[in-house]
Parts: sequence; structure tokens; C-alpha cells
Amino acid sequence: MDLAIKLPGLDLKNPIMPASGCYGFGREFSELYDLSELGAIMIKAATPTARFGNPLPRVAETPNGMLNAIGLQNPGVDKIMATELPWLAGYDVPIIANVAGSTLEDYVHVAKTISQAPNVTALELNISCPNVKEGGIAFGTCPETAALLTKAVKEVSSVPVYVKLSPNVTDIVAIAKAVEAAGADGLTMINTLLGMRLDLKTGKPVLANQTGGLSGPAIKPVAIRMIHQVYPHVKIPIIGMGGISTAEDVLEFLYAGASAVAVGTMNFVDPYICPNLIAELPATLKKYGLTSLEEAIGRSHRS
Amino acid sequence: MIIEQVQVISNQQIADATYEMVLKAEMATKMKPGQFVNLKVEGFLLRRPISICQYDQFNHTFTIIYKVVGDGTQKLTTLKVGDFLDCMGPLGSHFPIEAQTTALLVGGGVGVPPLYETAKQLLAVGTQVQVVLGFADAQAAFYIDEFEQLGATVYVATDNGTLGTHGRVTNVIAEQQLTAEYVYACGPEAMLRVLETRFEKGYLSFEARMACGIGACMACVCKDREDTDLYYRICKEGPVFPVGKVGF
Repeated sequence: MDLAIKLPGLDLKNPIMPASGCYGFGREFSELYDLSELGAIMIKAATPTARFGNPLPRVAETPNGMLNAIGLQNPGVDKIMATELPWLAGYDVPIIANVAGSTLEDYVHVAKTISQAPNVTALELNISCPNVKEGGIAFGTCPETAALLTKAVKEVSSVPVYVKLSPNVTDIVAIAKAVEAAGADGLTMINTLLGMRLDLKTGKPVLANQTGGLSGPAIKPVAIRMIHQVYPHVKIPIIGMGGISTAEDVLEFLYAGASAVAVGTMNFVDPYICPNLIAELPATLKKYGLTSLEEAIGRSHRS
Repeated sequence: MIIEQVQVISNQQIADATYEMVLKAEMATKMKPGQFVNLKVEGFLLRRPISICQYDQFNHTFTIIYKVVGDGTQKLTTLKVGDFLDCMGPLGSHFPIEAQTTALLVGGGVGVPPLYETAKQLLAVGTQVQVVLGFADAQAAFYIDEFEQLGATVYVATDNGTLGTHGRVTNVIAEQQLTAEYVYACGPEAMLRVLETRFEKGYLSFEARMACGIGACMACVCKDREDTDLYYRICKEGPVFPVGKVGF
């Protein structure tokens, strides 16, 4: 079965890609399998200058999930352009660059710079990171601000722009419509849910950052619900993510309205999860009577 | 690194909340002292990083010693002989084994296990080995006889004084005026920090909360001592670093 799908800026061999922040720049996984097998790679967020991130501990396990507060650790856009992207160019795989910052100017600078890299074929605007003091989620919880940022980044980006939505909002449809109107070429959803865990001995938060982003299978129903909610209201494609761990999960995301999916937390548990899902997807589609990827996309919304 | 279904050969309590598990695994042939494995425990999402205590490359077995600190490690205690475990490993850097005149091995609590294979191999290459082991109390102590049987001189410290010197491993070192050409240590950061002030040469193994164990998630990073822009992942460039490399 042909798993290929074309989305703005993305000529995908298959609809499976690792999610940003769960895969670094792919180097660790390249020791395990050929990165060219992947539909695309969403690389770790880039900011204008290097960031070390938050104090430790940065992670905590939760029932069927985990909390993280890494804090956008990255070597800065210039170093990513000079070392990571040229290295990734050795693989036949489109790169989606995750763009982050503290101010509108930061986002514009990173987007303008990184969209020039020959193998970056799309941007993912990170307006939903819950783990940084400034920027991130602050831009993604208000429709007007999200639209303003999207518009500014669209003006300078030489490749299509996907906006990564935060689930930490009361009306996700309003944000989705606002960024679509501002020129977004696609949506990626969802980012992590804001959470906290307390130490039973001390009574204090386990994470040094106090709060963190909840990810993993525990959040899958929230992601499915939000994609299902947004899909009828937008014309731009959705790349879905949130707790995917099986080929059946991929199908559920496609049914809800995603055209492709990203795998995050499960890369930490099973580093071979992406190639495994790619291998299993055709049989899973067939098992449920589907003869193409297109038949699965948005199936839930058709009578 | 490989992922393998390893089989439980034995799993028994050896001290207060402390268990020793022997596993049958092909990956034992790839192991080096000071490395760790990342175990998937049924019913829990993230793997548990646990250091390798010793391995037998001829019989393809290795031993881990783990402390029950939560539900995941509690679940490990229920594994029976013949059960299988999803195991990723061996991971991380290792203690380099070179013939030196003298080596002082210092371990605190769950920092003790990786020193066992290290002691064995250092003794095998002709290094004179002294070992200082620190535990909470006499009930929590383990492997003292095992280290002695290898041919190492063993000193013990307990926090409440129920065994050996009353206090920390660093109290023993000061009290006994222990010196050595090289230090090999594993334990809490506070212990490693004190050791760095006493020893110029050697290797320190760090502990940290991890998610992936392969260098992808950035949960377990530490900074370089000199270059503040340089960082290391404790799971990938570590857990073993030369003395003076990590910035506390």
C-alpha cells in the first residue's frame, strides 16, 4: 500500500515522523536505523541563541505518561544551521524546523534564518511550550497574539509554516481559526498538557521547574478530541501528535482528521517505534478495510 | 546498544530494600564496568536505568543490584526465575581499566554496585585496590564480603554508625588517611564533590533522573567545568566522567 502523502512543503514517503523535542536532531537514532525511512523529522526547537534549559530534575513519570520541563535546551539557530542541518542533509528526509523564542522578534529571526536551510521544507511554530518563562505558551493561548505571530513569521519564512497548538486553552477552535486566517499553512497538535507532581516526603514539586508538560499515552484522548474538534473548522492540514504508541493509534489520529502524525514520548521507551509503525501501518489499514491513507483521513467526519 | 528480552536467573533480597538480580543476556558480551541498562517494567511507561554490578561474558549473564524506591522497582522484586524483561543496553561510558599502582574505589548506596566489576577488573590487571562503601545503616549494607573475596581492602561507613565508621565515606577517607593514585567513585553528587577536592586523578560516575537513556531527551544534562556553553548528557557522554570534567 502506498503510504505517501503531500502536504504544504512536505513530500512525505509515509505519514510517520518523530515529534520535536523527543528526537534531538536524530543523531542518536541514526545509530539504530536509516533516518531516510521516516516521513519527516521534526527537529528540536531552535532559539536565537543557545539555551541550557531548566535545572534538574527535568522529568517525572506519571501513570501512562511523563512530565518534562527541559526548557528548550538547544545550541541556538546558527549552530543548528552550521552543524545539525548539514549533517541531516545526508539523509533523504524532509526536515520540519521547530521555531521558538521569548519575543516576536526572536521567532521572526529564527524563522527567517532556519527557513533558508536547503533541507528545511517547513517550519513548526512553537507557540505552545509550557516550560519557558517567556514566549512559548504565552503566544499560543490567545487567538489574537497567535495570529499576530503567525503573520509575522509567514512574512519572513521561505517555506510553509505549521503552527503547533497548545491544549492548555478553553477554545482550541478559536486559536486554530485565528492562525489559519493569519496565513498558517498547517497545524500540528497537540503540545503537552501543563501538569505537576508532588514529592510525597517533602510535599514539594518533583520537577525543579515545578510544572511540566504531560505527554505519553495518557494524553491521547485529549489529542484525538481536539483534532476532531478543529478538523471541521479549518481547510489547512493537521499533523497529529499526543501519546501515539501503536499503528491503531495512528489510525485513530487519521480518523479524527490528521493527515500525518508525529511520535513523541514513545521514542524514549522504544527507540525503534517510528520504523516499526511505518512497517505495521499498511496491515493495520487493511485490517480495518481501508485501501488507502486518504480513506482514513477524516473518516470520523464522513457519513 | 541493543534491546533484548533477558531472562531472570535469580532475584533475591540481599539487604534492607535491596535486591540482587542475575539475568541471562547476549548483551553481556558487550558490557564494560560502570555502564548501565535501561529496564522496561511491566505496567510502567518509562524504562528504569540500573547500573551493571558484574557480568560474565563467557556464560552470557550479568548482575544488577537495585533498591526499591518506588512502584517500578517494587514491581521488579516480583519477577521470578524464568521471567523475561525488556532490556536496553549496555548504555553510557565506562570506568577505564588500566594498570595503576593504587586505586581507591568509593561508593555510596546504589553507587556501590558498578564498583564491583570495576574492582574485579582493576585487581586482574595488577592494581592494588582499596574500597570504601557507604550505607544508611548495617541493615542496608551489602557486598562487603564479596569485595573482600576479590582481594580488595574494604572500609565501611554507615550514617548511623551501626557498621564501620559513623558517618560518610568521606569521613572514612579522612580518618584512615586513605590515598591512591586514582579514585573511582559512584554516588550522590555531594559525595563526588568532596572527592574532587581530595583526588586529582580518577573517574566519577553520576546519577540522574533519565527518560530515554540514549541521549535524546535532554533530561539528564550537566555542564562542563570550564566551558559554560558545553554540556554533557549523563546517559550518553556519562555516567562516568574523568575527575574535573563536570561543573557542579
